[in-house]
Amino acid sequence: MDSKISEAAARTPLASSATTGLKIVIVGGFGVGKTTMVRSVSEIRPLSTEETLTRAGQDIDDPRGVEWKSTTTVAFDFGRISLNPEMVLYLFGAPGQERFWFLWDRLFTGTLGAVVMVDTRRLADSWYAIDRLEHHRMPFVVAHNRFGETTHTLDQIREALDLSPDVPLVSCDARQRDSSKAVLITLVNHLYALSSAR
Amino acid sequence: MAPRLEDENPDRLYMVTGGRSNVADDGLNLVTLIVSECDPTPGMQSEHVRILRMCTSPTAVVEIASELRLPVSVVRILLCDLLDTGRITARNPRPAPAESRLPDPDVLRQVLVGLENL
Ligand SMILES: Nc1nc2c(ncn2[C@@H]2O[C@H](COP(=O)(O)OP(=O)(O)OP(=O)(O)O)[C@@H](O)[C@H]2O)c(=O)[nH]1
Ligand SMILES: [Mg+2]
Repeated sequence: MDSKISEAAARTPLASSATTGLKIVIVGGFGVGKTTMVRSVSEIRPLSTEETLTRAGQDIDDPRGVEWKSTTTVAFDFGRISLNPEMVLYLFGAPGQERFWFLWDRLFTGTLGAVVMVDTRRLADSWYAIDRLEHHRMPFVVAHNRFGETTHTLDQIREALDLSPDVPLVSCDARQRDSSKAVLITLVNHLYALSSAR
Repeated sequence: MAPRLEDENPDRLYMVTGGRSNVADDGLNLVTLIVSECDPTPGMQSEHVRILRMCTSPTAVVEIASELRLPVSVVRILLCDLLDTGRITARNPRPAPAESRLPDPDVLRQVLVGLENL
């Protein structure tokens, strides 16, 4: 564990001209490669932080009126790409399991779009996320993270995920910067097509 | 990994926030960039001091949370104190409400150019 001092020293500040933060969320099951993808394209070492859900109405007897005791938290990590002197893109790696979706609204507020990462050994892990994204009408692409040899074709994966034909599906190796970059470009092109078709 | 909040003493969160557990809609999101408008002054709460020092360069809300090792919701309360007193400002605090959720094509074009240049 780094000390706070060395971490502060390692912090890379943004250019003073930066005005606009944008974000893309990478969502997927446990161990699917979310952090690996963030790391491969980020200009900073991925950082982690937490969001909390405070259950209102609890601890009502607490004389201090505090509700911090009844919080649930989810950890997520993030990286950053300075796109130009004004715009900074943040990439968030977020767990896709059902029990974490309480943070959906906050994590996804203002998000450009999402990447759903899937692993063919555990495709079912991504069903819930895909369902939820469709329900919220959040645009997304699906990235199949190749772990070694796979016998699945993209068509088979599309079918197994019951993915609509207009959702782009690509393969990637999240450890490779160019491959992760290509996934993000696929997403942005998809968003561009959707927003100019409007 | 940063320490998990579960291990955190709730009293610390209570002290940091003065007992408040939520804020009015402040227009801040995770990637809103915060900038200091003044130097820390003696007697200021230590978290406020750290925020003012960090934000001499624009810093996203989520980076502040990560650096302070506090949950984002706690950091937003701290930021509201500083916003209310004009000690910090938020850049682009309220982007167009996500009615259709689809971002502006012009923004997307700039994102694409930035990614291609990576
Ligand atoms: N062979 C191979 N291994 C990978 C690939 N991507 C990630 N890994 C490895 O898979 C493991 C899990 O990757 P992570 O990036 O930590 O996955 P994650 O989705 O962030 O995991 P959690 O945050 O724990 O849910 C790590 O040991 C990675 O090195 C890949 O494309 N190919
Ligand atoms: Mg991870």
